[in-house]
Amino acid sequence: MAPALVRGTGWRRALPVLAGLSWACGGEGANALRGHVTVDGSSTAYPIAEAVSEEFQLLNPRVMVTVGHSGTGGGLERFCRGETDVATASRPIQEAEVLRCRANGVAYLELPVAQDGLSIVVNPANAFLDCVTVEELRRIWRAGSPVRTWRDVRPELPAEPIRLYGPGTGSGTFDIFTESVIGTVGASRTDYQASEDDNLLVQGVMGDHFALAYFGYAYLEENREGLKVLAVDGGEGCVVPSRETIRNGSYSPLSRELYLYVSRSSLQRRGMGAFMDFFMSNAASLIPPTGLMPLMDSVYDENRKALDAARDPAASPSQPEGGAVSPDA
Amino acid sequence: MDRAFRLLVGGAAFLVLFAPVVLLADVLVDGMGYISGHFFTNYASRFPERAGIRAPLLGTLWTLGLTGILSIPVSVGAAVYLEEYAPRTRVSRMIQANIANLAGIPSIVYGILGLALFVQALDLGRSVLAGALTLSILIMPVIILEAQEALRSVPPGLREGAYALGASRWQVVRHQVLPLALPGILSGSVRALSRAAGEAAPLLMIGVLSFIAFTPESPGDPFTVLPIQVFTWVSRPREEFQGLAAAAIIVLLGLIFAMNVLAIVIRNRLRPRA
Amino acid sequence: MAGLLGLCAGISALVTVGIVLILLSETVAFFSQVSLWEYLTETRWTPLFQEKHFGILPLLTGSVLVTVGAGIVALPAGLLTAIFLSEYAGPGLRAALKPVLEVLAGIPTVAYGYFALTFVTPLLRSFLPGTGIFNAASAALVVGVMILPMVSSLSEDALRAVPQRLREGAYALGANRMEVTTRVVVPAGLSGVLASFVLALSRAFGETMVVSIAAGNSPRLTLNPLDTIQTLTAYIVQVTQGGITSGSLAYRTLFAVGTTLFVFTLGMNLLGQWIRTRFRGGAS
Repeated sequence: MAPALVRGTGWRRALPVLAGLSWACGGEGANALRGHVTVDGSSTAYPIAEAVSEEFQLLNPRVMVTVGHSGTGGGLERFCRGETDVATASRPIQEAEVLRCRANGVAYLELPVAQDGLSIVVNPANAFLDCVTVEELRRIWRAGSPVRTWRDVRPELPAEPIRLYGPGTGSGTFDIFTESVIGTVGASRTDYQASEDDNLLVQGVMGDHFALAYFGYAYLEENREGLKVLAVDGGEGCVVPSRETIRNGSYSPLSRELYLYVSRSSLQRRGMGAFMDFFMSNAASLIPPTGLMPLMDSVYDENRKALDAARDPAASPSQPEGGAVSPDA
Repeated sequence: MDRAFRLLVGGAAFLVLFAPVVLLADVLVDGMGYISGHFFTNYASRFPERAGIRAPLLGTLWTLGLTGILSIPVSVGAAVYLEEYAPRTRVSRMIQANIANLAGIPSIVYGILGLALFVQALDLGRSVLAGALTLSILIMPVIILEAQEALRSVPPGLREGAYALGASRWQVVRHQVLPLALPGILSGSVRALSRAAGEAAPLLMIGVLSFIAFTPESPGDPFTVLPIQVFTWVSRPREEFQGLAAAAIIVLLGLIFAMNVLAIVIRNRLRPRA
Repeated sequence: MAGLLGLCAGISALVTVGIVLILLSETVAFFSQVSLWEYLTETRWTPLFQEKHFGILPLLTGSVLVTVGAGIVALPAGLLTAIFLSEYAGPGLRAALKPVLEVLAGIPTVAYGYFALTFVTPLLRSFLPGTGIFNAASAALVVGVMILPMVSSLSEDALRAVPQRLREGAYALGANRMEVTTRVVVPAGLSGVLASFVLALSRAFGETMVVSIAAGNSPRLTLNPLDTIQTLTAYIVQVTQGGITSGSLAYRTLFAVGTTLFVFTLGMNLLGQWIRTRFRGGAS
């Protein structure tokens, strides 16, 4: 039934999905599963969570999976309040968030799921710039930056106003960018078009000849025709973000890992457990079409082991394995 | 001069009606190609080719049903009280003015109330129930005003006759006034619900913006509605998703139009021959 | 029975009290942390950033820009349409058009938002290059179109309420239809017409979806309609999409901005009602 749903030009992109489907269809009786799973967090990681939940629900229509994109900060905020089962994050959890989770008795696992290269993007009509240095990015984006026109960035560029689009403050991308480019988390200028939804940033750059934006690589891949990506010079020459340069780390300093934070108590529910199993089993096939880079298979195996251990009542909760964290509750 | 003026006002009227025609044409051209059988039966998808509106369409029906159950009885009760019972005191005048003002408050302010009261204080989460409660307080003033209008149109002679026969106030309301006012009340309620069907802002406030590929099975379940699905798709840059947004708008407009027609039919068909 | 029905009426009254109490309690908490002076005079609005400024002016000018633009579109056209319906259209045409206006007023705002972003904005950009993809003008135009049916319908009610004998008197003095309309009917129905203007502008001020979709999310103190802006309503939407901590200062901005919106729209509604009752004498 599922193959018939995939028609038209999208079928090529859907092939890995179908592979995942045929694999998962082996597991009979899964249809009886019921329950709720709530995922919220990073807009960068949203395409992954969306893909996994969509495919999972084709097989388990009675498990209600909700996927939000409140941003990494907003997602972890809700997660540590106990409102959600999974938080997606485009940066590691911060100290304050660890404490908040602990205060609310939310014990969790940390699972790396994918790699992303934070991409610097301009309009395709922009012919005057192909590569930007980290120092230039810092000058453009730092708090109180005097940069108003492209000429302020580099004297030979046109004196046209530079229009900036970037993630909002609740976004993990914002945190990573300000930390690795500006040097201090959050020390960004404020007079840019900000949104937690990366789609709106893409719309902005597509429609604005003198725009500059930064967001996750998936949104660049998804909208290649309307966008032009800049190479970034982190001190060792200009490097364009691509699957290779992100995976081998040469796209620096803007490569990063994406994480899932999974509530241990939620894992005890069958629907949730099945969802996470499905996630780890199909990550390698579902992630590439989203534009993000999957991690090595061994990482997903490790993740699955950690999930099994967390679910096994025999295993004591104080067993931090791999990326697992278990605050003493 | 007089003819020029006639042309001017006629032209303006034409423009007023023409602008929405352009809107409709734009939406139809963009969206018609995306409407098919599976558009109604499929859930949302990251692939535009297989995306559909099953979840938001059923979510809208769920929300409207629950909103109707929650808002209509209370609103009609309030209208009956204000029209038939309330002494013409300062308090009842204040309540009346209050209701008129409520109808003019931006819907997003009701969303703030919904967020603080239903989602957080009552801990209902982002559920159908929280959404329906928020929409209920939004349309209650509208239903009350419509129901009052309907009650007022019942000729006073009927009430006086019944009282003369020794009927109690409730008997008069129950057996004389309500049956005659019912078509007007129902048609006003349906129109108010059609307004709720198009609302996105207050539901955005209670956090309904998510990827949802299931239909709610109880009032406690998460949900999405058509206007929210439109908003989600409009935000996506790829042209196919814009087309899906237009297609969902067509369905939404169809639903609202059908509700308005239903309201007119109710008013005309059930009109008592008194 | 009376008690139960009275309770129903009480519930609806409680809604207002609830709105006001909830808005006020968090707003008071907000102003214990941010001075009212800063809120009213500071020219930057950056409550979510590290370098925080709490000036409402950029959001307020954003809302005003959209409202004024919508008014420029809707008020003259709406009044002319009302004149056509009330003074020129035959009874059959009027009876057919009035319900159409009602149905048009029921088109959901997301549909107008879609129209603004995918139709009006590209059109604007084709002859005003340099216009941002998100801009105030497109939203204002479309909000204007959106409130047109409301202005037309309410103004028409006001003009129709002008007693027939006034018209007949003027005709008897040899006036033509335009003179009757502009010198007698419109002045006599002016209070109702003005009231309809104020109510429609209040609606434009509180409009949320069109501006969220088409006007942008960049609070900027500007009067240039081709700029990206942010309105009070769009900020409220933006901040709730971020999943903020309840009780935090960012959360409280939501209520301070909500209160501002509430005060402005309520003020306009009251003004509309006052105009109508204050000058009713003219028409009856």
